Amino acid sequence: MAVVEEVAISQQEFSEGYILARKRKAARDITIKTLTYIALSVIGVSMLIPLLWMLSTSLKEPGAVFSSSMQWIPNPVVWQNYVEAWNAQPFGRFYLNSIFVGAMVTIGQVVTSSMAAYAFARLEFPGRDKLFFAYLATMMIPGAVTMIPQFILVRKLNWVDTYWALILPGLFSAFGTFMLRQFFMTLPRDLEEAAKIDGCSLFGIYWKIIMPLSMPALATLTTMTFMGSWNNFMWPLIVTNSLEMKTLPIGLQAFQGQFSVEWTLLMAASLFTLLPVIVVFLAGQRYFVEGIQMGAIKG
Amino acid sequence: MKDFLSKIGSNESVAGYLFILPNFLGFLVFTFFPVIVSLCLSFVDWDILTPPKFVGLANFVALLGFHREGGVIVANDPLFWKYIGNTLFFMLNIPICMAGALVVAMVMNQKLKGIVIFRTIFFLPSICAGVALCLLWKWILNPDYGLLNQILGAVFSLFHINAALPGWLSNPAWAKPGIMLMGFWGAIGGMNMILYLAALQGVPKELYEAAEIDGANGWRKFWAVTMPFISPTTFFIAIMGVISGFQSGFMQAYVMTEGGPAGATTTIDYYIYNNAYQWLHMGYASAIAWFLFIVIFLVTLVNWRFGGKLVHY
Repeated sequence: MAVVEEVAISQQEFSEGYILARKRKAARDITIKTLTYIALSVIGVSMLIPLLWMLSTSLKEPGAVFSSSMQWIPNPVVWQNYVEAWNAQPFGRFYLNSIFVGAMVTIGQVVTSSMAAYAFARLEFPGRDKLFFAYLATMMIPGAVTMIPQFILVRKLNWVDTYWALILPGLFSAFGTFMLRQFFMTLPRDLEEAAKIDGCSLFGIYWKIIMPLSMPALATLTTMTFMGSWNNFMWPLIVTNSLEMKTLPIGLQAFQGQFSVEWTLLMAASLFTLLPVIVVFLAGQRYFVEGIQMGAIKG
Repeated sequence: MKDFLSKIGSNESVAGYLFILPNFLGFLVFTFFPVIVSLCLSFVDWDILTPPKFVGLANFVALLGFHREGGVIVANDPLFWKYIGNTLFFMLNIPICMAGALVVAMVMNQKLKGIVIFRTIFFLPSICAGVALCLLWKWILNPDYGLLNQILGAVFSLFHINAALPGWLSNPAWAKPGIMLMGFWGAIGGMNMILYLAALQGVPKELYEAAEIDGANGWRKFWAVTMPFISPTTFFIAIMGVISGFQSGFMQAYVMTEGGPAGATTTIDYYIYNNAYQWLHMGYASAIAWFLFIVIFLVTLVNWRFGGKLVHY
């Protein structure tokens, strides 16, 4: 039956119907596209509004924030807020501390994690898989469990209020090891085999073949580690006392204690602590997004 | 044995151990030993300044036990249970944020010009996590001059609604929803959205076409094709969310509310911090931390065991 009907449709009717269907589909596509753009814009605006409000507040006169009408464009624009906020606490010092700690922690984690990950991915040695499983298991331990003994250790070593306390515990990461190991497993082995035949040492293979091939994964770990260190709050809060040793988040918190209701200054200070992470994110965005997907490919 | 020794002594084994050594030392010093020490600490009474006193299970009894007071059974540490409740309440945000992230990912899952710009904007809030963001939201949630109540006030007067505006962080009933709103804003465009987006892009187009031929509408396609296909991602996000949910809320409490009003925003993590570093109850704090660890472990185990069955394919 169906076959007979199909044959019965004349060539012309068929092509007309086809064109009509295509037109309809095109119209529907445009509607969907428009609706999608509208939805995307609505979400985008609601994401940006709080951040724009922060910017707006940071440029207002101190009294202007306590008004019941919403004012988005500050009048007058008070750039002085940034100067005042910057000078109210040693923010320059906080910046240096955060950059130094972040750089050290990042370099340390990339080096130690990549070395361990290479061994877990490529080298044969007794106990390897058991040890790797132990690493995996530690990722479930809450930070609160290890932090108290870590604090006691740091205190015993007289490292409270030193860079040692801020940096050393951050140098080793089970997550970084895990992530890089997963990436190394996906690399083809041919190059290594060839290098081995040419008499390349294991360290040479790690340094000259694995590392250059893994730049995307290393960039991901770098971005993630740096941003994690930049935003880290509890540990620096516990192990620093003096103003000279505070990192940016702790300094910002101290600043809040000093100017609890001066929202213009607080927002100015908040904005300039956010700037570097935003820059790092924009620069390493691709790696960051890829890294998230990489971290999720478990087991 | 001889075989084992010769294996250990082989070049590759020695190299393997050497490569792991730096990381492994850090693992021992900053993870393995601390876990052991923490367990030991949970059986002592210690204020750091005087020598620790072994108290057996007293910390756990004080934490988890109950006693009779005038005929009523009361918890030895009622605050602890209250803070458990707070923590669980905050965790209600996990499914809400997951649904939000999925919706955003589905909108994003189109071949459109400029989608990368949107992705960047959506991702921005989750990047800015930290003290600065807590301060920003403390300001936005300000009952009198905050942005949120100004917008709400405008909406209320537009529709002639005669209701009091929420007091947010200054009101015990509204403080948790306020903080959850901040979490929602930070989460729907972040990591989980990216994960969902990747999962959605992995759903084979043929499945949708087959469903269409069978006469399935959009809603039906979502539940019959999309949801089963992305269930591994949902499962992964949920497990990670629960693990971190039990440990969350410290920074918000410390920066925005000091755990108040009336303890409404104190989570377990903040309670541990106060016990350890404010009141120097190192033993008690360790006991709470271990309790938390065991809860997380068990919940994750249950999730794996039963949640795994809900994952299709």
